[in-house]
Amino acid sequence: MVRWFIPVMAASLLLPAAAIATEQNIVYDKSWITCASRQMGTLVEADFKQFIAQIDFNPSHPEAGKIQLLINTSSFEFDPEVDDEVRGPSWLDSPDFPQAHFVSSGVRALGKNRYEAPGTLTIRGTSTAVVVPFTYQPDASGNTFEGSFTISRLNYNIGVGKWRDTDIVADNVQIKFRIVASGLAAARK
Amino acid sequence: MANSQTAYTKTAITLHWLIFALIACGYTLGQYMADLPLSPMKLKYFSWHRWLGVTVFILALARVAWRATHPAPLPLPGEPKWQRTLANAGHTMLYILIITIPLSGWLHSSAAGVQTIYLDLIPLPNLLGKDKPLAKFFEEIHSILNDGLAVLVVIHTAAALKHHFVDRDVILKRMLPFLKPR
Repeated sequence: MVRWFIPVMAASLLLPAAAIATEQNIVYDKSWITCASRQMGTLVEADFKQFIAQIDFNPSHPEAGKIQLLINTSSFEFDPEVDDEVRGPSWLDSPDFPQAHFVSSGVRALGKNRYEAPGTLTIRGTSTAVVVPFTYQPDASGNTFEGSFTISRLNYNIGVGKWRDTDIVADNVQIKFRIVASGLAAARK
Repeated sequence: MANSQTAYTKTAITLHWLIFALIACGYTLGQYMADLPLSPMKLKYFSWHRWLGVTVFILALARVAWRATHPAPLPLPGEPKWQRTLANAGHTMLYILIITIPLSGWLHSSAAGVQTIYLDLIPLPNLLGKDKPLAKFFEEIHSILNDGLAVLVVIHTAAALKHHFVDRDVILKRMLPFLKPR
């Protein structure tokens, strides 16, 4: 029942996101979402190749802004062996939790081109409140939203069982993103 | 202190054996860990291997600098010229390998998108951007250079033992830490 319910929830989120993303012309070639984690003696950064961004943002009225990100957890990409592990039950558990998502509850201006979006981040069925700081940079080629924030992986039960030891894989994971949207400001008066 | 005509300095001898010991550990660990399934232990082994490699790299650079400023002992009287030439070629190859092997590992790691943090304290720069085919290439190079090193170490050891037990000369003794040849 639960397994059936979650994909339907995800799909219901996905559909409007897809429709609006088209209107806003997210430039996926220039956009990326990565996660960086420190593992004993190394620093590794991996991509999420598939995601949908839905951004409704006008710098004149940032408080009315809305940001939603929907990430396909099975699109985690680093190297094949690691990917299999990370998509598996100890980490993101993609078969049971195919999507992770962020839904903003508002946007606050912090001065200059800096903003932050408080909201809810859901990974592996666990939702927590996060604040996502970002910069907004409009230019000829598009409007660039860029930022990063840090989460505790164990808060979401990511990397459990034999991977729980944070001396080997640190608890902190840095999520970094750049989302380029074209025609966003132009669409508004 | 310069190398005398018949002996290596303590520094040269220490570097020789220290680098040998570290490479022996790094090589063995490298052979063992490469095909292990992914696990927390494997990540640990890879980190140790990288740290060993970085240490060898630093010591190898120090050693080459030392050698450049402190010439090796003179050839033994009556040593055939071909033997000297061959020995020099072998030693040059060994010097090149103890620098290029850690370097190829670093390049492999960089191209694989894994940044090394030496001793979990000092982040080293990635030498290349992430590039999978290039990572595969340097992995191959790293492995080939190691095979080459293994062969040369066997020859190097055989030559040293031959000098000691067959020719009964001081070649091996002058690189041994506690034996002072005269």
